[in-house]
This record gives sequence, C-alpha cells and structure tokens, in this order.
Amino acid sequence: MQVLIDNYHLYLRGLGTTLRICLYAGLLTLVVGTFIAGCRVAPLTPLRAFGTAWVTVFRNCPLAVVLFFMAFGIPALGVNASYFVFGTIGLALYTSAFVCEAIRSGINAVSPGQAEAARSVGLGFGQTLRLVILPQAVRSIIPPLGSVMIAMIKNSAIAGAFGIGGDLYAVGIRQSSAQGEAIIPVLVGVALGYLIITIPAGLLLSYVERKVAIAR
Amino acid sequence: MSESVLYEAPGPRAKLRARYASAVTGLVLLAAFAWVIYRLARAGEFTYDKWGPLIDPGNENFAPLWTLLGRGLVNTLLAAGWSILFSLVIGTILALTRVTAAAWYRWAVVGVIELLRGTPVVVLIFFAYQALPVVGLDLPVMWSLVIGLTAYNCVIIAEIVRAGIDSLPKGQSEAAYAVGMRRGQVMVSVLLPQAFRAMLPALISQLVVVLKDTSLGFTISYPEFVQRGETAIENLGNPIQLYLFIALIFIVINYTLSKLAVYTERRLSRGRRSAATEEPESAAATGD
Repeated sequence: MQVLIDNYHLYLRGLGTTLRICLYAGLLTLVVGTFIAGCRVAPLTPLRAFGTAWVTVFRNCPLAVVLFFMAFGIPALGVNASYFVFGTIGLALYTSAFVCEAIRSGINAVSPGQAEAARSVGLGFGQTLRLVILPQAVRSIIPPLGSVMIAMIKNSAIAGAFGIGGDLYAVGIRQSSAQGEAIIPVLVGVALGYLIITIPAGLLLSYVERKVAIAR
Repeated sequence: MSESVLYEAPGPRAKLRARYASAVTGLVLLAAFAWVIYRLARAGEFTYDKWGPLIDPGNENFAPLWTLLGRGLVNTLLAAGWSILFSLVIGTILALTRVTAAAWYRWAVVGVIELLRGTPVVVLIFFAYQALPVVGLDLPVMWSLVIGLTAYNCVIIAEIVRAGIDSLPKGQSEAAYAVGMRRGQVMVSVLLPQAFRAMLPALISQLVVVLKDTSLGFTISYPEFVQRGETAIENLGNPIQLYLFIALIFIVINYTLSKLAVYTERRLSRGRRSAATEEPESAAATGD
C-alpha cells in the first residue's frame, strides 16, 4: 500500500483528468444525444433515417473501435488535434447513442392521452411537446440518463487505455509497467478512485429516482 | 406513444412543405457524406493498395489477412461465450443465495456487487491479467479476459435473475409450497425455469455488451478480433479500411442479436399475458 501513499498526488491528478474528460464528454454527449433524439422523432424522413443509422452504429460498435477510428479517421479528414480531444469526442459520440435512446424512451413513456388532450384543447405540435410532454418525460428520462452517465465515467478508463494519458487508469498502468511497482496495490488504488466517483453517483441517482418517481 | 399523436394529420399544404423540407435535409446530409468521401479520396484512402488485401481474392495478402481476422473473430466469440456462460452460473448462484441466506452473507454479496459494478471493466480485466500469476495461477491469456468479463457481468446477470424471479406471480411459489415442496425445490423446479424464460431477452442483450467488451482484450494482448486487426494494420498500413470492416462485422452481429432479443421478448409476452414482466434495466441500454 506504500506505493499509494507515496504517490497519492499522481492519483489525485489522474482522478482530476478523469473528471475533466467526463465533464467535457458529458456536456458534448448531452447536446449530441438530444439532437439525435430530436432527429429520431422528427417528421422528416431523412432526419429519422440519419438518427436511426447513428444509433445503430454507435450502439453496436465497441468503444475501442470508435476510439481507434477517431485516432486514425479524423486526421485523414484533414483535422488535427490532441489525443485528449479525440478520446473525449469519441467517448461522447459513443455515449450519445445511449443518451438518445434514454430521451426517446422517456418521451415514449408519456401516455398518448396526454398528447391527445393537449391537441384537443388546441395546442400545436411545439406547444404540446414543450408544455405537456417534455415536462412529464423529464421524470422518466432522469434515471436512465443517470445510468448512462455513470457508465460513461467507467468507459473513460477505455479512453485512458488508449493513451489519452494522465487519467486515472493511465496513471496506474504507468506506475506498474514503467516504474515496476507491485501491480495489485496500484490497481486497487485505481479501482478505489473510480469507486469514489461511481458509488456516490449511484446513491445520488437512486435518491433522485425516488424523488421524481410518479405513480402512473 | 407513437409520434403521430403529437400533431394533427397533415393536410395537402403541410404535406408539400414536409416534402420540400425532406428534400433539403436529405441533400444537406448527402453533401456532408460526399464531403467526407471527397476528403478520404484526397487523402488516398480509396486506392487498391489499401483495399486490395481486404476485397480482392487475387491479392497476395488476401488469404493471410482473412485467416488472421477469422481466427481473431473465433477467439472473440469463444471469450464471449465462456464469459456469458460463467456469468450466468455465478450470477444465478449470487441471486439465489442472496434471496435465501443469512443477513451477514446478504450484506457481503451486496458489497461485492457494488464494488464490481462501480469498477471499469477494463480495470477488472487488467487486474485479472496481472493478479492471477501473482497468486500462482498461470492460465492462458484468454482466461484473464474471461475472468475479468465474468467478474463484471455476473453481478449484472444476478440482478437480471432476481428481477426475473420477482416478475413471477406469487401464486407460483404459493402453489408449490402448498403441494409440499421445500424452499430449494420451489426455486429449482418451479421458479427458476420460468424466470429464465422471462429473462431470455435481457440475457441476449447482455451478450451484446459482452461481445463489445471482448474488444478490450487488446489491452492484455489477447488475439481477439480487434487485436488481430491491429496486427494486420501494422503490416498493411490501412487502418481506416480495416477498422471500417471490423466495425461493420461487430454492427452486423450485435444488430442481429438485439433484433433477436426484441423478437424473443415479443414471443414471450404474447405467450403469457398474466405475468406482466417488469423489464429490468439492462446494461445494454446504458453503454456499460
């Protein structure tokens, strides 16, 4: 355990980098995922097809392959950026498919009678969605969206395995392979770092879930 | 809720407007796609050098490449198969003993489940890879991957099994107790067989997750599909083409599996309307 105590600042910095990746990727994935969900319920056929294709690709493709693609494919398009940017974008794109499905299933969970009632009092499409459907959908979107975000935090370790560098997982690997520290305490430290984030996040999520739960 | 209840059925003018808007968005999407193709072509990604080994049987690299990738795919399927099998057995044991055993044991199981669920699967795989030799178990590298994946997935399967048992009507176990069965008998011969039936869709969805996660075998140099692809890329120098191919194979396999999950779910729910199965929130829906 000495290795953890001696190098605690490295681990803390790794934890910070992991949190930064998750913050950027989380914001980006919310924007992209909401946009794709919008595409999937849009009345225009090409947009719907685009949304469906997006979700099919990113849901069924391993994150590792998505990240490889970002690392090799984007430079071929003539855009250059650091691994940090590629990794974060790759993680966000992969997660956006799940964000989209969480939002879409939330909209689908609102009973059709709500929309019919809204229309029958003369509300248009935008008003129906904005004033009646979405406020109710938010309650059933939050729990699955929270699970998606927690999964994303754990997946950020895969981005670390790719050499984003400096995140919690990468720090652990460096410690054991380059500096020859005993691997088990190092990995226990890494796992603890993730648990410090994921377990409170899970508890918070189940608290929020109970708060927003409604009998339907 | 189908989207159509959100707005009135469109009249002739609205239909015309929608058609124009569809054409415009379709063109914009096509233009974006064409731009990507153009940039790739300018970067020389459509040359015979890069595609030949993959699509031309006459190419000298064709046979070795396909053999390499084929073996990789077999290794991927093998690791995924063992992982889901072990997860199923261990997960069922966890779920059953959690329902029946003493309080301290239940708490221990909950603790283990929380720990395994909160740790990234790539850390668990690496842990298995590094820790097994330390404790004196020198297994082939596939078992490190299988053990890592099993550790991660068995707790998810345990939750699926528990949800499956909970979804059965109470009358099932009451009737079994009434004819004089003991607790173990009720579980094994009445509840579990029905629970597995109800769980089947969730299990198939979990298989998709496991298949995707086997690609993490590259971190421990297990020769699975993606890792083999990398080896080929080192020699052929065509990353975009090969990753496109690998992605395509994954998408085809996993898409088929998810459709199968939806199909079995529909079949099962048609069969038994009485037991409204509460769908457990599967990891497949969260990108775990």
